[in-house]
Amino acid sequence: MEVKVKILRFNPETDKRPHYQTFRVEAEPTDRVLDLLEKIKGYQDGSLAFRRSCAHGICGSDAMRINGVNRLACKTLVKDVGKGTITVEPLLGLPLIKDLIVDMDPFFEHYESVLPYLINDEPPPLKERLQSPEERERFDDTTKCILCAACTTSCPSFWSNDRYVGPAAIVNAHRFIFDSRDRAAAERLRILSDQFGVYRCHTIFNCTLACPREIQITKAIGEVKKAIATGSLE
Amino acid sequence: MRFHQYDVVVVGAGGAGLMAALYASKTATTAVISKLYPTRSHTGTAQGGVGAALGNLEEDRPEWHTFDTVKGSDYLGDQDAIEFMCTEAVRAVYELEHMGLPFSRTPDGRIAQRPFGGHTNNITGKPVRRSCYAADRTGHMILQTLYQQCLKNNVTFFDEFQVLDLIMVNGVAQGVVAIELATSEMHVFHANAVILATGGHGRIWKITSNAYALTGDGIAIALRRGIPAEDMEFFQFHPTGIYKLGILITEGVRGEGGVLINGKGERFMEHYAPRVKDLASRDVVSRAMYLEMREGRGIDGKDYLYLDVRPETVNKFAALDGRTRPDGSPYRVTAEELLSKLPDIIDFCRTYLGIDPIQQPMPVQPTAHYAMGGIPTNRFGEVVIDEKNKVLPGLYAAGETACVSVHGANRLGTNSLLDLLVFGKHAGLRAAEYACQSQFQTLPKDVADFALEQLDSLRRCKGEGERVSTIAEEMKEVMMEHVGVFRTAEGMQQALTKLRELKERFRNLKLDDCGKVFNTELLNAWEIGNLLDLALVTTASALARKESRGAHAREDYPKRDDKNWLKHTLAWLREDGEVKLRYKPVVITKYPPKERTY
Repeated sequence: MEVKVKILRFNPETDKRPHYQTFRVEAEPTDRVLDLLEKIKGYQDGSLAFRRSCAHGICGSDAMRINGVNRLACKTLVKDVGKGTITVEPLLGLPLIKDLIVDMDPFFEHYESVLPYLINDEPPPLKERLQSPEERERFDDTTKCILCAACTTSCPSFWSNDRYVGPAAIVNAHRFIFDSRDRAAAERLRILSDQFGVYRCHTIFNCTLACPREIQITKAIGEVKKAIATGSLE
Repeated sequence: MRFHQYDVVVVGAGGAGLMAALYASKTATTAVISKLYPTRSHTGTAQGGVGAALGNLEEDRPEWHTFDTVKGSDYLGDQDAIEFMCTEAVRAVYELEHMGLPFSRTPDGRIAQRPFGGHTNNITGKPVRRSCYAADRTGHMILQTLYQQCLKNNVTFFDEFQVLDLIMVNGVAQGVVAIELATSEMHVFHANAVILATGGHGRIWKITSNAYALTGDGIAIALRRGIPAEDMEFFQFHPTGIYKLGILITEGVRGEGGVLINGKGERFMEHYAPRVKDLASRDVVSRAMYLEMREGRGIDGKDYLYLDVRPETVNKFAALDGRTRPDGSPYRVTAEELLSKLPDIIDFCRTYLGIDPIQQPMPVQPTAHYAMGGIPTNRFGEVVIDEKNKVLPGLYAAGETACVSVHGANRLGTNSLLDLLVFGKHAGLRAAEYACQSQFQTLPKDVADFALEQLDSLRRCKGEGERVSTIAEEMKEVMMEHVGVFRTAEGMQQALTKLRELKERFRNLKLDDCGKVFNTELLNAWEIGNLLDLALVTTASALARKESRGAHAREDYPKRDDKNWLKHTLAWLREDGEVKLRYKPVVITKYPPKERTY
């Protein structure tokens, strides 16, 4: 079948502002949207720019807006986005560089701001630190994050003020705050309680809907808020 | 052009590169240069686990792990390096845990372990639980944890920089030349030690589990600087890729009791590996699958088989095998248990196939997965450049890019993550030690010229020319057809002829994009050039090896030939495109070659 793919194009070397361009591509219903972009780039217009790597939803390179919704192009099949034209646009809220490529640096800066690494200065045992399956389960959901930015760039609070750390950073803080081996929960909670932290979240749930890993992001943010409010990780 | 100076530069930010950077940065100024954001690296897609004889669930020993790896390698692995890796494995896994890696846990809070292909109790010959895992996203957790630790330790990153050339001065490595993707600005990184950790090159083949980014850049760069590639004919085809897509379904599925089923509904691995069946080595299983399909026993006679992990199937065959839990009770699984242990696999199947593996079997076919060959190194990560293992000062390699060789002719599952941890660490330590006691040499004025020439030769937007994607497609087809699971002299000759034709056509490309900002078309073209060079070296190495060993299965030479071929291939790519081959001996310490059965 033939599919129409309408892509928001922008080349900073030649264009004043972004514009749409529509391509016609032969596609199977089971093709990924990424396959369509590859066909366009490979055989119609080599200048089309987008990021991709693993092509099966793990590396997090190809988050973009597909028919207005943040998704991974490699995890979205043609049959799942309807029979009409497929519209593909870059993520919102991060500076546009070229076509579907946005500047990810601000996103990673927010990630780094929450101390996203295990902090525990006690000397480790000779073998592993023990952690019960229940303790491990406590933060399992937030270990799934692939830093694709689909959540943060779907968040109206982030759109209105990009100094908000955003859902992805909070997810990664959650992953350590609730890890029984970590000792820096208090510091992370302090960082997230400032004016650009968790209280910018107004439980709109866009992030949860956008997450390609199906992380319960709004719930995780709620747990962090509760920990700040109660001073307890229970 | 911009200049930078560091003691150590690491090229690539997957598991090996990050591990190297983490250790090098403890004593030396270190920069990591990566064409991807580090968390996009392909290490993140590894699923089933990392092998280490912790013995958390049953008796296990590093010596058994060593022997299994030697046997898995079809005796082509260097036994001193294998013993080193399997002994270091235990410490490496504990170290990862201390860094914060969220392993799955046993009921008593220790690191959980599962069985994997080729890993056995050496006394009973039965599968042993050796793979330390974090659900079915162990690689994701390793990549995240190492990146987090690098941030914590203030490692310097140059993200989305493509390294194009290695700087050599007076026979010593002195840095790399790279292009910044966002601007096309050239950067010269002057360094006393360079660690190449650029991953694999599975994109040579049509059906592959490998990311788009896996284009063998490090090996191609080294070949162009006169450094040989070792054992390139050995490339692993993983048995269970999703039909047509090649996306990997972890061997952990079979570790949890899943079985392969042919078109007649038979569990055919019983005939090929009577003792361990579906958990035989990957080369053995992939060949068995091809033979089944060739005999018309694919599903509906087609070129795929079923991987069946439905609880009723698992429980039926576990009962027939007499499989038990560590406490001695019969092995039985429930849908909930499988969901918790294999969530990503179930998600892949639902997304790409529209099926639920708890209720339906998965259509699978072998998929090009892992390079056993690569840049020759010793067990300290130092690059060695001839039959006598002469060290090239200042150059290191680790991970899939390197060939130590610990995987020989066939890698065991879980040993790739182990390889990148152990040799990434030691390459980092050794490189830092060397760099700190070395003097910077003066760089020549034309230091970036070779890199610039390579790009200029591709940057043509006017006149007639071919699209690079056409050339890439033809390469992938011919390699899949003739240099895949089974090989013949005739087929490989055809492949060589075709590859030479493609290399010629590659000189006459036409691009649509001649801009400077994220010119991904230009860089993709450069990557395809790398793949073409590696395909050529792979095919020439394979054609010369007149035996079958591990992943290299010749229909015209079906037997292993230790008398003539118990040796490593070293291949040099000459400027005229010819491949020069020499050989070096395999290191054998404790385990003399034996017949290999499972």
